[in-house]
Amino acid sequence: MILDAKIPDGPIAEKWEKHKFNVKLVNPANKRKYDIIIVGSGLAGASAAATLAELGYNVKVFCFQDSARRAHSIAAQGGINAAKNYQNDGDSVYRLFYDTVKGGDYRAREANVYRLAQVSVNIIDQCVAQGVPFAREYGGLLANRSFGGAQVSRTFYARGQTGQQLLLGAYSALNRQIAYGKVQMFPRTEMLDLVMVDGKARGIVTRHLVTGHIESHSAHAVVLATGGYGNVFYLSTNAMGSNTTAIWRAYKKGAFFGNPCFTQIHPTCIPVSGEYQSKLTLMSESLRNDGRVWVPKAKGDKRVPRDIPEAERDYFLERKYPAFGNLVPRDVASRNAKLACDEGRGVGSTGLAVYLDFADAIKRDGLDKVSQKYGNLFEMYAKITGEDPYQSPMRIYPAVHYTMGGLWVDYNLMTTIPGLYAAGEANFSDHGANRLGASALMQGLADGYFVLPYTIGDYLAQNPGPKISTDHPAFKESETNVRATIQKLLSINGTKTVDEFHKELGLLMWDYCGMARNAEGLQFAKDKIKALREEFWRNVKLYGENEDMNQTIEKAGRVADFLELGELMVTDALHRNESCGGHFREEYQTPENEALRDDTNFAYVAAWEYTGPNSEARLNKEPLEFENVKLTQRSYK
Amino acid sequence: MAGNNPNSTPMNLTLKVWRQKNAKTQGQLVTYNVKEISPDMSFLEMFDVLNEDLLRQGQEPVAFDHDCREGICGMCSMYINGRAHGPEKGTTTCQLHMRKFKDGDTIVVEPWRANAFTVHKDLSTDRSALDRIQQAGGYVSVNTGGVPDANEIPIPKPIADKAFDAATCIQCGACVAACKNASAMLFLSAKVSQLALLPQGKVERKTRVENMLAQHDAEGFGSCTNIGACAAECPVGISLDNIAMLNREYISAKATSDNIG
Repeated sequence: MILDAKIPDGPIAEKWEKHKFNVKLVNPANKRKYDIIIVGSGLAGASAAATLAELGYNVKVFCFQDSARRAHSIAAQGGINAAKNYQNDGDSVYRLFYDTVKGGDYRAREANVYRLAQVSVNIIDQCVAQGVPFAREYGGLLANRSFGGAQVSRTFYARGQTGQQLLLGAYSALNRQIAYGKVQMFPRTEMLDLVMVDGKARGIVTRHLVTGHIESHSAHAVVLATGGYGNVFYLSTNAMGSNTTAIWRAYKKGAFFGNPCFTQIHPTCIPVSGEYQSKLTLMSESLRNDGRVWVPKAKGDKRVPRDIPEAERDYFLERKYPAFGNLVPRDVASRNAKLACDEGRGVGSTGLAVYLDFADAIKRDGLDKVSQKYGNLFEMYAKITGEDPYQSPMRIYPAVHYTMGGLWVDYNLMTTIPGLYAAGEANFSDHGANRLGASALMQGLADGYFVLPYTIGDYLAQNPGPKISTDHPAFKESETNVRATIQKLLSINGTKTVDEFHKELGLLMWDYCGMARNAEGLQFAKDKIKALREEFWRNVKLYGENEDMNQTIEKAGRVADFLELGELMVTDALHRNESCGGHFREEYQTPENEALRDDTNFAYVAAWEYTGPNSEARLNKEPLEFENVKLTQRSYK
Repeated sequence: MAGNNPNSTPMNLTLKVWRQKNAKTQGQLVTYNVKEISPDMSFLEMFDVLNEDLLRQGQEPVAFDHDCREGICGMCSMYINGRAHGPEKGTTTCQLHMRKFKDGDTIVVEPWRANAFTVHKDLSTDRSALDRIQQAGGYVSVNTGGVPDANEIPIPKPIADKAFDAATCIQCGACVAACKNASAMLFLSAKVSQLALLPQGKVERKTRVENMLAQHDAEGFGSCTNIGACAAECPVGISLDNIAMLNREYISAKATSDNIG
């Protein structure tokens, strides 16, 4: 099936304006008749909820954390891009659009990306009006820095905690609507099923994580803003609770899943230190503004870094990519770190790390300046590793960070299920095969503040159906299924814990569907995942009962879904016989080891359709047309 | 990283952990032994090891709150050896590493204890009162759209920096747990200061401080007696100066308010 993305006609710069004029409006008095469910309270969810409530809709927001403010957007460090051109360095909406399409290795939808660049400027205005304390210059105006994949300084930041400050802005707007009674907040509540009536998304079934209570909620439209699925790898920079359950259960109800194999491996993370490791910690990409990445020139050089003379160091990113240097996009930086380690030139006790060195920056700018910019990140590094990065270089290694794939959405951010929307990292839409740094926050807030409020109105204005009681058989059936699945998990009483299964799955995904993939490995992983899933349902060990705070139930449900999603990711990676962005198939590379795309055969979004528990997902395609950006081999040299 | 630290010998520890089925039942400290704990583990990873052991033995794992494990989400909340987030200054439980302990140590782990925080289970507590304080006024009343260009609101860097210092609060509740009055004043003052310092927040500064303080008291948090345990235990270094600023804001609001009696 060829998918219609419903992209408005006309020149790219006019599409959004035109579309905003053409969408149908719900008059202010009628808005209060419509109920909207939003799952997830991160940047996309909180901003959408606040804005839709301001407009007059009745909104219910659900999150699994104990407070909306703890959604994982909170952990984003580096910044948010916007085409403000405050630095007068040649930035523009068009340049941000161009950089994002190129950075995504030409696998993103042009019209969406252009709109993202357009509304980026409004986001900064909105956040400042809310009291978000962005970094400022002495003249009182906003400061910027540069990020990977760009040659302009367009990144706004709030020390090393931009995500927290932006989320607190959206959370404050959400709180205001909660106080007004326009938003009803459901913390510690996890969505376990999507409920459909007459082919439309009409509600959800949830489990309360303290009482175990299973409950139904009905609405006229449902938004999934539940983040990414990087935890399928077990170790990632995601929060421990980040999961795929909401979007996966929507997938199983008919929402197509776009480009599941497009995963971002972030180059600058603290390396794995032991078996017990539960998560990986990112060191912000902004560090690459001043830190220099290197490994020893010689294999197996075990000297401490300060004993390795300048001439015996290989600053491989500066050497191979003189134009962008240490600020090449994330996929390029990650792959090159892996290459250096594969050659036996990795550092640290595991040999799976490269240096990120601030000695030159400290010499050039002084310790104070460096500590002002990066102090909190240096502290964090010291806390985790017990080493002082002011004295010796950081050791870093790539780690799973972000998933570009997600539910397929059209230009209106609606999935293939009428009335079901996906926003932020949960959708596949704007980053193609690789996301540029500081663009995730931009997309989350763009979707929530400035896109969904228009497009959901358009849907609601066109008869979304009457209010439905949660006594409707569709809700009862869904509740029964949810309860049965939990009972089944509790009753297995096997010998392996959920974490053991999760670790095994994660290792398979990392080894065969990580930074480099090949057909043989992917096929192997696919069979292994199937076997692991079969074992899970036979041999997993939970504890206790449903009517209780039971964290083994939470984890088991999420890992059960990861065990299915993992297979789909592998299937997607196996079918895409090309390399692009973060999807690097070893069979398809240039002589310089760069990703080799196949635009003739693969310039499309792969949107997978669920066909049943024991049958292969069906591939649907959305052809990508590039009318503005010329398809070229990406070069950062 | 393993092998890079002078003290990388695994440790054996005794844990005394608060176990409580739910808010309606009594709890007690239960003793567990954990073995082969790497000094490079985080405190929560040590709890992961304990929980996996318990589960394998058919016993109930310890419920605890955690999420980002990088010190920013504010979800983790253990009271360790009588201190909120444990012995290391300026550190959340998730960023506390076992190298801060010695082989053979006994570690007592309890939930946050405060009148306004009920125990959900074991080490997990209900901190929704903090959200409700935010809902009482921790915002600038602007709708999406229709705001001025960001650079039309210049803010002197020292003011912006001071507002930022206040805005770093992660709402973990350690200040409440550390306070013998179980007061949430440091938390509350951080939000009040941030918004009172910024031009965007000045418009509503009077009603904000009055409403947030009223909600604070209604939730059952205690009063501030300027002991300073809150600031000493705050993992992100929120300063006691904010409470001074809160008091000034409150008195000036009360003296001049035309909104609330």
